[in-house]
Amino acid sequence: MSGAVTSKNKFGGIGVYAVVYLAFIYIPVLFLPLFSFNDSIYIAFPLKGFTFEWYRKMAASDGLIEALINSLKVGSVVAVLSTILGTLAAKAVTRYRMPGRGPAVGFIMLPLVIPGIIMGIALLVLANLLGVGLSLFTIGVAHMLICVPFSMLVMISRLEGFDKNLEEASADLGENAWTTFWRVTFPLSIPGLIASLLLSFTTSFDEFILAFFLAGTEVTLPIYIWSQLRFPAKLPAVLALGACIFVISFFLVTFAEWFRRRGVQVKSTSGV
Amino acid sequence: MAERIALTPVVAGARPGAVARLRGLFLRSEPLRGYTLLSPTLGVMIVALAAPVGILIAFSFWTQNYLEIVKTVTLANYVALLHKPIYAALLWKSIKIAAGVMFATVVLAYPMAYFIAFRVTRNKLLWLILITVPFWTSYLLRVFAWKIVLGYNGVINSGLMSLGVIDQPLEFLLYNPFAVVITLAHAWAAFAILPIYVSLEKIDRSLIEAATDLGDGPTMRFLRVTLPLSMPGVIASSLLVFIPTVGDYVTPKLVGGTTGIMIGNIVQSMFGKANNWPLGAAISVASMLAITALVCAFLWLTKSARKRVA
Repeated sequence: MSGAVTSKNKFGGIGVYAVVYLAFIYIPVLFLPLFSFNDSIYIAFPLKGFTFEWYRKMAASDGLIEALINSLKVGSVVAVLSTILGTLAAKAVTRYRMPGRGPAVGFIMLPLVIPGIIMGIALLVLANLLGVGLSLFTIGVAHMLICVPFSMLVMISRLEGFDKNLEEASADLGENAWTTFWRVTFPLSIPGLIASLLLSFTTSFDEFILAFFLAGTEVTLPIYIWSQLRFPAKLPAVLALGACIFVISFFLVTFAEWFRRRGVQVKSTSGV
Repeated sequence: MAERIALTPVVAGARPGAVARLRGLFLRSEPLRGYTLLSPTLGVMIVALAAPVGILIAFSFWTQNYLEIVKTVTLANYVALLHKPIYAALLWKSIKIAAGVMFATVVLAYPMAYFIAFRVTRNKLLWLILITVPFWTSYLLRVFAWKIVLGYNGVINSGLMSLGVIDQPLEFLLYNPFAVVITLAHAWAAFAILPIYVSLEKIDRSLIEAATDLGDGPTMRFLRVTLPLSMPGVIASSLLVFIPTVGDYVTPKLVGGTTGIMIGNIVQSMFGKANNWPLGAAISVASMLAITALVCAFLWLTKSARKRVA
């Protein structure tokens, strides 16, 4: 930030705009951790005093911990399954010429352009007709629907990023399909796979609209948060939770970025 | 490839000659191998996407008799939609609010994307991360954050009161369509900036230099070169923001108040309190059709506009 302010002259008026815009996207969000340390159940100014009370309440709330565990469960299963499906699809469309490739890709991408509420009720209606009870499973299916397109996009750009000849060279050197996959394709895809896993996990972890319609008695974290938003007394603990999620995702994203950079290095050395 | 292994057990029972022929055909046919690899994903998407949407459409032609679903095909739900102007009015209002959100988000995001693409020379990645950081906390809490900003005892009101500008809190800040627009313009910021940034970054800088050499000033250069070339990003951002916003029911519920109600809230209540699933399905199908028609019209308009410019 300080770099941006000192070099504002170089950036001109648009630099000022950039700083104002950053303030616009940061300030509202920063009120969440601020009020999580405020010694009052009312989320309003003036601030009363500093407290860790809300973090203690958060850690002591069984419903919250349960919802967190459910979200972690759904998120990890969804991340792994969507990444597998997204990778298979990405490999198919990047490595083979096939008729109907465009429509097939378009169809897989459809969930990105259908409003969540419509997909949510459509799945609810289907589950109802099939007699499938609502549970974490139905939430997982819904989340896969939006994570597979993301995963496929990430993997397409990763698979297009490295040379197809590397796979062919491996085959020419006598490796079979299976060992070629494990010794060439898989290592080169790792940065994409990690990105896809993280993207799918965070998407599922934060998804509310679909989960709201498809949840049974076991709820995920966003549904829990939604139920707490109605009770002012419980809100500060929810803000404490939001602050924790924020800090943890900060480390996750930093890790992912570090991994992605490593991937770029692998790519540039393999090109030599 | 991996699918070769998967196929062998399937054809193992057939005659050896046929196996070899099939295997040969399979290995020679790229489309066949491609589709084998694609089939698990396509299968899941058909079961989890095409089937539910198909059934939703079927549902919209059925009716409900208390808890019983009557599977006689009828247009009753759509007739009800046409006869009660409230639904069309709400859909129209949702489209207007979503268009407002789309416009505000893209117009606010464009200069930021432009700044990162053209003005930032070092550490572009740092700026991109800086933009996504606020979106790593829960979506519900981000929307809620605006309640803190705009609320009765909120940041703006308490700030203005302590400055002595106003005597009592302003009530018009929260619970109206404007609050929905500003909240969503904030919530969608990263989604709007990234596609615009990507398309700006792709622009060949020599084209901009050429425009300068041919005598265009900064404004004309922007309008005639940079803006048209960044349109794919602008269109992508617009759609990414517009489509989910039309069906949103969380933001209207939290910050929209009674005047900010959107079609998503009605659909939600049809599947909840009002408990009329077929009517809810009909409203959803009608909304989906309206959105699709609008998106097609939007794409057609921008395409023809770009052709005229070119």
